Amino acid sequence: MLDADFFRRWMAVTAASVDREAEQLTELDSAIGDADHGSNLQRGFRAVAAALEKEEPATPGAVLTLAGRQLISTVGGASGPLYGTLLRRTGKALGEAAEVSVAQLAAALGSGVEGVKQLGGAVVGDKTMIDALEPAVAALEGGFAAARAAAEQGAEATTPLQARKGRASYLGERSIGHQDPGATSSALLIAALEAAASPAEGRA
Amino acid sequence: MSDEKRVGIVLVSHSAEVAASVAQLAKGLAGGAPEVPVAPAGGTEDGGLGTSAELIAAAAASVDRGAGVAVLSDLGSAVLTVKALLAEGDELPDGARLVDAPFVEGAVAAVVTAATGADLDAVEAAATEAYTYRKA
Repeated sequence: MLDADFFRRWMAVTAASVDREAEQLTELDSAIGDADHGSNLQRGFRAVAAALEKEEPATPGAVLTLAGRQLISTVGGASGPLYGTLLRRTGKALGEAAEVSVAQLAAALGSGVEGVKQLGGAVVGDKTMIDALEPAVAALEGGFAAARAAAEQGAEATTPLQARKGRASYLGERSIGHQDPGATSSALLIAALEAAASPAEGRA
Repeated sequence: MSDEKRVGIVLVSHSAEVAASVAQLAKGLAGGAPEVPVAPAGGTEDGGLGTSAELIAAAAASVDRGAGVAVLSDLGSAVLTVKALLAEGDELPDGARLVDAPFVEGAVAAVVTAATGADLDAVEAAATEAYTYRKA
């Protein structure tokens, strides 16, 4: 079972991964976006880490709801409302349980992904976060390693796609050949689940 | 007339200058419309290009007179942030609504219509209607 501490570790590991990969994310975003994805997410997840230390929410749902709220209010780019909605909707779906199973997390994350799809209008194949998140949710019941592999595979598979959402879609065919920054950061988020589950080796 | 509650208008842009200028333009073209509360929410809190949920929430609160708030946004994160706030949170006042409209033309239509004392539905319809004006 996964408790609030696990979810706190998930957010802390994600914040560390985003810190580590910020330059790489911004570089990907300079190819097809406005070159701010890394720095925006870095600001957002640093705020998440700080808020979680200060407020100490007691349940898995409360951890993610607080994290989502922080992202919406601090990121400043489209990834704020998108990741914010993902975490806030997932947190709400987890309710007030003190511990949740991986299957419950998979179902809740599924409704979070639905929320992102409603908000941004993207589906699989549009070269967005959804290309990493949707396969990861489908694989999650098979464990965190399977989810991580599915997310990373989904992110890599965005390279040959033409963007159909967001600023990158204005580039048309010129968006082909670049891995999507949102799918890449989504894979970091999913990979952080595995590291959070084995904190001894997983301090990203 | 001036006792009537007016619909509030919030203009969300990636740029503080664009939001403030469109607010000024819409007010000017509506003949001043001193009774219509209009607030810009442009850029990030540190003055950069982007969207600030906090500035949007503060702007919406400042124009809320109890008759509803029409929120117009330019694109991308400005649209998504308003939608996320409306869908998930309690940051925006009751009766706040994202209006599907072209930013400049919709803002003018919304302020002119709100100045007549029209309700939120009518303000929204007028702003959306601005999409149908073709320029070429």
